[in-house]
Amino acid sequence: MNPTAQAILHFLLTWWVEIVCGVVIVAVLPLVAGYVVLVERKLMADMQARLGPMRVGPHGLLQPIADAVKLLIKEDIVPRDADGLIFWFAPVISMVAAMTSMGALAFGPTFQVARDINIGILFVVGVSSLGFLGIILGGWASNSHYSIIGAIRSTAQLVSYETAGGLAIVSALLLSGTLKIRAIVDAQYDHHVWFGFLAPVAFFTYLVASIAETNRAPFDLPEAESELVAGYMTEYSGFRWALYFLGEYANMIVVGSVATTLFLGGWLRPFPSVHWLDKPLGVLPALLIGGVGVYSIYRAGKQPVPIQTWFMWAVALACFAVAGIFAAPWVFAPLKFIIPGLNGAFWFLLKVGAYIYVFMWLRFTLPRYRFDQLMHLGWYILIPLAIVNVFAVGVALLLESEFGWNRWLALIVTTAFTLAIALFLVRLHDKRTTAGSSATAATTDSYAG
Amino acid sequence: MLDSILFYFFAGVAVLSAALMVTRRNAMHCAVFLITTLLATAGIFLQLRAEFLFIAQIILYVGGIMVLFIFVIMLVRLDVPIHQMRFRLQKWVAVFVALALGFEITTILLFARKLPGQGLFIQESFPADKLPPNSEALAQSLFSGYLLPFEIASVLLLVAMVGAVVMAKKKERTDES
Repeated sequence: MNPTAQAILHFLLTWWVEIVCGVVIVAVLPLVAGYVVLVERKLMADMQARLGPMRVGPHGLLQPIADAVKLLIKEDIVPRDADGLIFWFAPVISMVAAMTSMGALAFGPTFQVARDINIGILFVVGVSSLGFLGIILGGWASNSHYSIIGAIRSTAQLVSYETAGGLAIVSALLLSGTLKIRAIVDAQYDHHVWFGFLAPVAFFTYLVASIAETNRAPFDLPEAESELVAGYMTEYSGFRWALYFLGEYANMIVVGSVATTLFLGGWLRPFPSVHWLDKPLGVLPALLIGGVGVYSIYRAGKQPVPIQTWFMWAVALACFAVAGIFAAPWVFAPLKFIIPGLNGAFWFLLKVGAYIYVFMWLRFTLPRYRFDQLMHLGWYILIPLAIVNVFAVGVALLLESEFGWNRWLALIVTTAFTLAIALFLVRLHDKRTTAGSSATAATTDSYAG
Repeated sequence: MLDSILFYFFAGVAVLSAALMVTRRNAMHCAVFLITTLLATAGIFLQLRAEFLFIAQIILYVGGIMVLFIFVIMLVRLDVPIHQMRFRLQKWVAVFVALALGFEITTILLFARKLPGQGLFIQESFPADKLPPNSEALAQSLFSGYLLPFEIASVLLLVAMVGAVVMAKKKERTDES
């Protein structure tokens, strides 16, 4: 074998996990984003007592693919006075930033592209925040009033809420004592508790800030359709628009993964240190996916058209195949080494899914905030609360290490303190808004909350 | 080998986009090229295994300061005042500063060997893969050896922030009255 081929082989042998994960992220992410959209539409329909997409495939299961094809072959319109180059690459920035930041995330103990970089969580947060550049540049380059107002709103909103989100992350990092993603999850294993329970205020702050950062309702002012047509993407069409959309959903997954890693125990299953749960929770993924397959077979009989019945059978077979992969190590012992990785990935994705479900739930439940309310919430309540919480968590850790307090007691005391401050801030804010001019006070009150 | 390739790539991008940043007429294009320069510099930091500097550069400069630049550029129509400002004077100032900086760097490089101690040449550098993780090292030195300068800098920033808020408030009040 000549040396070049040998070098290439050696390279592949060293880096195959990274290469496979990277390719999977780039190749599968658009599909996942498409199906997240389908789930969102189905959920919205369910909450509004409708059926949602039903025509393309059984229960609309092929809708994302149809949408992707439609967007690919749509006419690509560039406004005459748009700034050509920036208009062209702004959506690309949005998507590339989200995908790059995914590289550092750990989807389970084995699946990670950039293995354990020392600045893990900072890298994810920092690089994913570059995605907003795509939003502002796109809004500016479109040379349209709606776009530019959307872009300016987006900038103001991101700057405000990134501060609150960053401070919430600091609270969790104080507890873990490291920036490495694996080490953060291991710290939660060592403490026998998810940091979301130890620092609930930080978790709540991060939840609100992450909704605002991903521009989703009730904070979707950059693209408020009743005010700005579509905000920063008004002038975009076809596949460029799809890139923005993809970037937005990828960002949701990134934000959900960060929250899962920091506050929800990453890939750890519930009660990771209770060993008698090893068996029942170990077979749960296979059973759950198999159950979905059985349900698909049950639904297959109720399809109106034969081809949809066949498709449902195909879905059921796919589910059984995945369940089989999960169950294989129980039958064939040498495969046992894949169990931690697969189960970890299952729990991680389940938690991210739950987080995104909360996003959707809030979107269909809460009315959109007015822009001044958004800014007030960010600057008068969330940022002071996050600062106080960083202080409180620090004090709790000091009480534990210097005065020998129980960790739970220390954290409960400091969290109570933080909540008292929060109550005070809300009261102060209410007073401030009612003390304002009486004309706005009436409307502010009716929307407050 | 890979290190040199990475260095020349990032350095080339940084220099090229810095030049473009100065020569472009459109303020937004200048901002975009400034962002590219900053990102390429961050890449050089990473290539030198200074991962904390890399991410600080991205979060602070690209994610923080450049946002404000772009924000101002979007809010203010720059093509109107651009013809009214006196750019000729600035040009000569810029030439002077560039010449002074170039002279400084050339002198240092020329006389580096004659400087006391090792000069600019570090005899024994760590091999890249044996470097200690530098986020922790940075935090250690910042909060032990350099605590006072660090606190002074923080207070200075806080003063600047409060001052900015006070000035903005004052202007609002005079507008109303």
